Amino acid sequence: MSKQIERAGIPVVHACSIVPISKTVGANRIVPTIAIPHPFGAPDKGPEEEKKVRKELVQKALRALATPISQQTVF
Amino acid sequence: MAIARGHIVVDDVLFGEQTELLERVLVLDKKALNDFLLSRDERIESCLVSIARPGDSTRILCVKDVIQPSCKVRGDRLGVGRRHVLENVCVITCGKIVGFQEGIIDMSGSGALYTPFSTTLNVVLDIDVVPGLTPHQHEETVRNGGLAAADFLGKAARSVRPEMMQSFAAQKELPVSPDLPRVVYVYMLLSQGLLHDTYVLGRKAGEGLPRIIDPAMLLDGAITSGNCVSACDKNTTWHHQNNPVLLELYQRHGKDLNFSAVVLTNEPVRLAAKEDGAKKTISLVRELNADGVILSKEGFGNPDADQMLLTRGLEQAGIKLVAITDEFAGSDGSSQSLADSAEEADAVVSVGNANERLLLPPMEQLLGPVSDLDKLAGAWPYSLHEDGSLEVELQAIIGATNELGMQTLSCREV
Amino acid sequence: MAARYRVIYCLNQFFGGLGGEDKAYQPPQLIDGALGPSILLERLFPDIEVVASVVSGDNYLVEKTEAATGEIIALLAPLFEAGDDKKPQLLLAGPAFNAGRYGMACGAICKAVQEHFAIPTVTSMYLENPAVEEYRKDVLIARAGEDVMAMEESLKNMAGLACKLLQGKELLPDRDGYIPQGRRKNYFADKTGAARAVDMLLHKLAGEPFSTEYTMPVFDRVQPAPPVSDMSSARLALVTSGGIVPRGNPDRIEAASASRFGTYSLHGLSAFTGETHQTAHGGYDPTFANEDPNRILPLDVVRELETEGAIGSLHDSYYATVGNGTSVANAEKYGSEIAKILLADGVQAVILTST
Repeated sequence: MSKQIERAGIPVVHACSIVPISKTVGANRIVPTIAIPHPFGAPDKGPEEEKKVRKELVQKALRALATPISQQTVF
Repeated sequence: MAIARGHIVVDDVLFGEQTELLERVLVLDKKALNDFLLSRDERIESCLVSIARPGDSTRILCVKDVIQPSCKVRGDRLGVGRRHVLENVCVITCGKIVGFQEGIIDMSGSGALYTPFSTTLNVVLDIDVVPGLTPHQHEETVRNGGLAAADFLGKAARSVRPEMMQSFAAQKELPVSPDLPRVVYVYMLLSQGLLHDTYVLGRKAGEGLPRIIDPAMLLDGAITSGNCVSACDKNTTWHHQNNPVLLELYQRHGKDLNFSAVVLTNEPVRLAAKEDGAKKTISLVRELNADGVILSKEGFGNPDADQMLLTRGLEQAGIKLVAITDEFAGSDGSSQSLADSAEEADAVVSVGNANERLLLPPMEQLLGPVSDLDKLAGAWPYSLHEDGSLEVELQAIIGATNELGMQTLSCREV
Repeated sequence: MAARYRVIYCLNQFFGGLGGEDKAYQPPQLIDGALGPSILLERLFPDIEVVASVVSGDNYLVEKTEAATGEIIALLAPLFEAGDDKKPQLLLAGPAFNAGRYGMACGAICKAVQEHFAIPTVTSMYLENPAVEEYRKDVLIARAGEDVMAMEESLKNMAGLACKLLQGKELLPDRDGYIPQGRRKNYFADKTGAARAVDMLLHKLAGEPFSTEYTMPVFDRVQPAPPVSDMSSARLALVTSGGIVPRGNPDRIEAASASRFGTYSLHGLSAFTGETHQTAHGGYDPTFANEDPNRILPLDVVRELETEGAIGSLHDSYYATVGNGTSVANAEKYGSEIAKILLADGVQAVILTST
């Protein structure tokens, strides 16, 4: 999916838990996330802390979107 | 008009008092051959003549060229008349010109499976030249010496009645079947200057190509090799004399296809020249209204770029193409095989991975310049073991991955 | 009767009978003898004796690969201290069919075990399993069907391949039903290269099928799109393959091999909650997602960042499908359709989340 959207010229950041798969399918901007059942969650932390972690991940994703790259990059 | 090739089969080669063919045995006057070679070129200091037969425990080193002896018996124009050819006999020249790159022929053992010259009766010429020659002069001396020796032997076939005749009509006399596809053969020749040249009608292939040439002329000996490049995929003069693509296209003409033309093209050294050569070749093939093209190659590395330029351009012009190439996929076969690639190259015949390793058993007899054989040890791609066995990559064996498609070797993914 | 082949068999929590997604983080455990599919395997191949089974949660293996394979090696080590006539000779894992995480787990185990114990290993996967690209060069992967319906044929294929491997026979991908390992190997064909070239050309000219002898390397890569120059004014869209849908799954998006994607409004939503949204994904433990869907698609913090001015605006809908055994062809189709809508709305950047 990410490749088809990029083909249309819109940068995509793929946030996922299993980076090798993302690399294989050919995403360009990759941000590794926490775990498969909760990529943007940290259920073992308190709600506030969890949200902070989530926000940091999204900010990282936004930075990836604003970064010029020439090839597949894991942020 | 046609060239008729009369095949004279030889069962053995022996040294004797007079050079002649007796009941399928070629008798060779060694001294006369020696005298002939030394008298015609003062740059030859000495020449050692030996015979290597199939099954012998013999390894021929530093092979430079292989030539089939023959004799024109009628007609004074190339591609017209009659030529007698000695079957099963080869003249093999050896010379240490650019190190050990020249390659080897094993007459028995595992290495024998990969070269066409393990099944022929070989007259091996180990030519030493006078001191002070440049590599270019050295190459020329050995090249011309080999061709002259092949003529010398070929004369024995002059008045012998051939066992089989094969006639190859001039291109313009091949009847055209309108319902069969028109196939053009694009024949790439290495033409990269010093020690990397091929000669067409005595001229360097770098000049005057691309051009259309009559295949009957090619089967009458129009091309000779002056190459000292990698052994596995250099086209020796023998390969040009017996080009399997030409023979296949002649044989299938009128049955499966129309053999429309041969376009000779070169493999120059500069990108601009490559692009220019490809452009001219493509326009020649288009003018011929080809439906399909067979594209053969010589060498590897930068010639891959020539092959891809031609493949891309011809396919984009709507001409269906099959390319013949070897591979350099690493000794374990897992690297990328070619130096260049093109999406359009969807029909490729692979004649083998030249990086695959072989262990060649020790041989009792070594022919060719063997004086500093110890230098082979560790010298890539050779590795000489203590017991005399030799570990090599397939690329060291003459003709192993011939890109005219002479061999049955191929390569697949496992 | 000749001695039977001594085999170690690896399964995930599901096929090993431990449980479903709730056991996906189960550390590896060693069980004596055959278990689940390997009981069927022993029946189909009396020559094979499953001496031990290893069962592990596939999430555990995929997320903590190094630690998990280390644990498996430690569990297996005592088996290799036995005499030569007792030592395991082979490890089998799977079939993983088209399950990506199970495939990754099988690939990782095989690779680690063959390196550590120097015994051959074989796993089994569907050709499109993402683990195939990751592991085919290192690990022998027998071809499997797409899902568990193909269990028996997939087992037969894997075990047949394993027996041939143990007998030291030459293997060929098509004939022996395994996925090519990207190694070029020479062989002697029936005809010369020139004859093969003319044959191939005649087939090509006649429009008949032919097989090239060397496939050009394809790098299905997309040129990276240029970055967003000013995020604070950019329009962002959210897409997920993690299956977050409105409660009740109105489009009935399948839990696996999704045949569609859903378009859902974000209008007036500041965050997802367990009351409004859920996951439709069948490939992971849904507990965390159903408790708080923002853990899959972080709408809550994206809205905050929008308010803070870190992004310009958020596209009014999000797009969701289930990336669980979904074919590459389908995923590409959804991607193209979504791209059209996004372009029309002037979207400049996309966050795509996957589990």
